[in-house]
Amino acid sequence: MAKVVSLRDAVAELVPDGASVAMGLQMEQMIPFAAGHEIIRQKKRGLTLIGPISDILFDQAIGAGCVEKVIAAWVGNVMMGSAYNFRRAVEQNQIEIFNMTNFSVALALQAGAMGVPFLPTRTALGSDTTRGHPFFHPMVSPFEPKESLWAVRALNPDVTIVHVQRADRDGNAHCWGNFGVMIEGVRAAQRVIVIAEEIVDSGVIRSDPNRTVIPGFLVNAVVESPYGAHPSPVQGYYKRDDAFFRQYHEQTKTREDNRAWLNRWVYGISGREDYVNQLGACRLGDLTVKQHAYAAQADFGY
Amino acid sequence: MTSLLPTLANSRWQAYTLAELMVATAAREIKDGEIVFVGMRLPLIAFVVAKRTHAPRAVGLFENGVIRGTPAPELIYTMADPPNILGAIQCLDMLGVMSLLQSGRVHLGFLGAAEVDRFGNLNSTEVRGVQGMVRLPGAGGACDIASLAHRFVTLLEHSKQRLPERVSFLTSPGYGEGHLWRERQGLPRGGPSAVITTKAVLRFDEGGEAFLASLHPGVSMEDVLASTGWKLRVSKNLQRTVEPSLAELEAIREYDKDGFWTK
Repeated sequence: MAKVVSLRDAVAELVPDGASVAMGLQMEQMIPFAAGHEIIRQKKRGLTLIGPISDILFDQAIGAGCVEKVIAAWVGNVMMGSAYNFRRAVEQNQIEIFNMTNFSVALALQAGAMGVPFLPTRTALGSDTTRGHPFFHPMVSPFEPKESLWAVRALNPDVTIVHVQRADRDGNAHCWGNFGVMIEGVRAAQRVIVIAEEIVDSGVIRSDPNRTVIPGFLVNAVVESPYGAHPSPVQGYYKRDDAFFRQYHEQTKTREDNRAWLNRWVYGISGREDYVNQLGACRLGDLTVKQHAYAAQADFGY
Repeated sequence: MTSLLPTLANSRWQAYTLAELMVATAAREIKDGEIVFVGMRLPLIAFVVAKRTHAPRAVGLFENGVIRGTPAPELIYTMADPPNILGAIQCLDMLGVMSLLQSGRVHLGFLGAAEVDRFGNLNSTEVRGVQGMVRLPGAGGACDIASLAHRFVTLLEHSKQRLPERVSFLTSPGYGEGHLWRERQGLPRGGPSAVITTKAVLRFDEGGEAFLASLHPGVSMEDVLASTGWKLRVSKNLQRTVEPSLAELEAIREYDKDGFWTK
């Protein structure tokens, strides 16, 4: 398919039922909510979600019944604490959770990205999180035989979904702000969907190659989706909608409340444009950049 | 014993909150020039206070990949909020900052937890409630920080439930079962140096066991002992937690203007 596609087509073609999906890899920035909502709207089932932490996106997909397994270090609502769908699902054994730590998620994806079966680490020695865990295996250093380590098993997601500021039509993508585990998550994946605030001319990308986090040859689909990361922030485009996270916490305490929330923000709308309209110009106005802060120019001349 | 000491109700500043006392106490754990894994909530503000008072050269690391030499210019709710990116020294990746942690470059990390036990082990995965298991959000980076920083400090509410003799799930390693446990596991260094609760400050002896080091103003020793899930030992040199100074309070209130974290 052509690389620039609609979000609907990207999700329909690249996220089959039962897929392992890595998303939210830049932690609390640039969470691909538009893609997550499209996954929910298309009623994908049996997914394995992969990420270091998830600030309410995993909770939404779990609450919509899309998820069978979660491989993550932390799932909740970062400013408010717990997220209720995740809690309910784990407590009632409706999903399987593989408890990771942030570092071990990064190592698993990095191992996948490097094409090796595992990477060694000193983290989590003595922690119950590793007990009986398929991603941790005890080992000793082959060079210093007294040193105990964990081998953290490689993870290669079927699809990694990222949101960035800008990409060209081939998927070469610029991102600035914190990366979290996005770069290794992209390199480790079988397929990659890039969602950008803007699709730009490839000259813009090539003018600043140090800002390119994804080379286009790794990318299967490029989607332009302004405000596609709302309510999470996109540096230089819009800030975090803190009230939205607070309201989500209040409005999803019970199964019934959660259904109403999903109806209002996901099922009841056709896509991101509709979502943005529902947010309203006033709310978006509050979130847009008030004071620009441009970086100093870098001279690539010679 | 308590009668000569100021309490929350009659202290000079009257209206400092418990959270403000905990933040100021946490801030004093940061030494000038140290590399600190900051974390969110109260420790985030402790970093701000330390930077503006006694530790101007401290550097803050965030697990999303951010390294800051100055606090974010305005209050943040998550470490990836745009103000925490603006003016940072470096914004790269998690593997980078976690590598600095693993290779021993990080002096201090701050953590929260649902439970802390006698040997400073933390649980943030699941607790047993009245109606069965209660699932918590999980380890996040806490286990990594507890495993790999030179020392870590935990903040939590002081109650028997939150301070059991033994955590029901060991998410993040403290001193395990005591003396040399960390070495036996292969952990390269570290362990808890303090637990700052809503009633007191606990520290750890050579054997890795927590003891009562200081009581917050207005709190009695009996209260602390009755609110701890094991027979807590008391320091021979028991102190009163020092109240927040005017400079510390100003730094807290200027930053957390509406008291979202510190009310």
